[in-house]
Amino acid sequence: MSAADQMLALDTSCKIFVDGGCGFQSPGLHSFIFKPMFTVGGLEFNKPMLLALLTTLVLCVFFWKAFANPKVVPGKLQMVAESGYDFVRRGIVYETIGKKEGEKYVPFLVALFFFIWLMNIWSIIPLAQFPVTSIIAFPAGLAIMVYVTWMSLTFKRHGFVGGLKNLTGYQKGLGAVLPLVMLIEFFSNVLVRPFTHAVRLFANMFAGHLLIVMFTIATWFFMNGMGWLYTPVAFVMVCVMIAFELFIQAVQAYVFVTLSASYISGALEEAH
Amino acid sequence: MNLLQIAAEGGHSEEQNPLLPPMPELVIGLIAFLIVFGLLAKMLLPRINKVLEERHAAIEGGMEKAEAAQIEAESVLQQYKDQLAEAQREANRLREEAREQGVALIQEMRAEGQRQREEIIAAGHSQIEADRKAASLSLRQDVGKIATDLAGKLVGESLEDSARQSRVIDRFLDELESKAPADAEAGATR
Repeated sequence: MSAADQMLALDTSCKIFVDGGCGFQSPGLHSFIFKPMFTVGGLEFNKPMLLALLTTLVLCVFFWKAFANPKVVPGKLQMVAESGYDFVRRGIVYETIGKKEGEKYVPFLVALFFFIWLMNIWSIIPLAQFPVTSIIAFPAGLAIMVYVTWMSLTFKRHGFVGGLKNLTGYQKGLGAVLPLVMLIEFFSNVLVRPFTHAVRLFANMFAGHLLIVMFTIATWFFMNGMGWLYTPVAFVMVCVMIAFELFIQAVQAYVFVTLSASYISGALEEAH
Repeated sequence: MNLLQIAAEGGHSEEQNPLLPPMPELVIGLIAFLIVFGLLAKMLLPRINKVLEERHAAIEGGMEKAEAAQIEAESVLQQYKDQLAEAQREANRLREEAREQGVALIQEMRAEGQRQREEIIAAGHSQIEADRKAASLSLRQDVGKIATDLAGKLVGESLEDSARQSRVIDRFLDELESKAPADAEAGATR
């Protein structure tokens, strides 16, 4: 099989009004499963993995070029990188955790933001055209890392009992409902949070990719006979979805990082 | 063979749950992130933070320098104003002093003039007194001599008996003098 078959999510011969042809190939779960492209030491590399590694490469090169030899009077690249850095540092970390406590977590959250953002952006980059974060493994890994950071911070800051109180929203004044509240809070904080944290990002990118693929396939599918009448509509929808995704990609990266910051902030909070 | 078929086949053979993370992807994703995180945290962000601080310090420093210059300028201006006021006061003081000195000088000179005038007047008085005394003395001798001569001529003989002669003259003169002070006093009251 050729490389082109690897790249495409549809059979190009499948069109409307073709005699003995096939129906519309709607995208689905299969659009998110990739054959391994090559194998290194028993590890099979597929497209999302390569894109993840490419994300690392691009980010490292970009930030290296921007920040390796920083100037007091910045060049263009440094200025762009600085504004991004400043956005996360001031806009997210200082706002959520506070300047004094938050400074320590700035590198983690800055790396997290740009990593997720770029992994999302692959969705609309020609040839890549796949959001890496729509494979649950990638958001899950990051969410687990945030979870571990958050949990260890909670217990380090408050001790075991204090940490449990922090996680279960312990408040003496609640009286009889306290056990119920503690149960719900524990369930919602400790068990559900990491799951929703990862799935929120995953599902958004998953759905966005599904929509773009569907309209793209539709554009191609209609390119025959009378179908040409519908092609422009589908194509416009592709453009609209791409623009919308560009927005969603940034928003989801922002949401993921803001939530991470607020979890960390909650761990650092004084006991009530 | 197209991807759809591959996917469909793969989907049937492997458990196809989009919420179950496959291990290789999880590990690769974490490694990919940790590389970015490590590079940023250990190398690049400390550098840019240093530069950002430097820039902040440079801007702050420039402002501080400007502020310091302004404060200095103000203090210098104040100093000049003080000096000017001081000079003005000094000039006023000098003028006042000069005026006072002038007044004192005039008074002194006036006093001196007064004193000199009095001295001159006193000298004139004593001179006049001395002249008067000398004149009266010589007049007394002359009058005595003339009177004696005249009397001698009148009696035709020389009155050689000087004792008698002087007694006569003195008596005459005493009479004169007892008249003269009365005249002099009458002249002074007038």
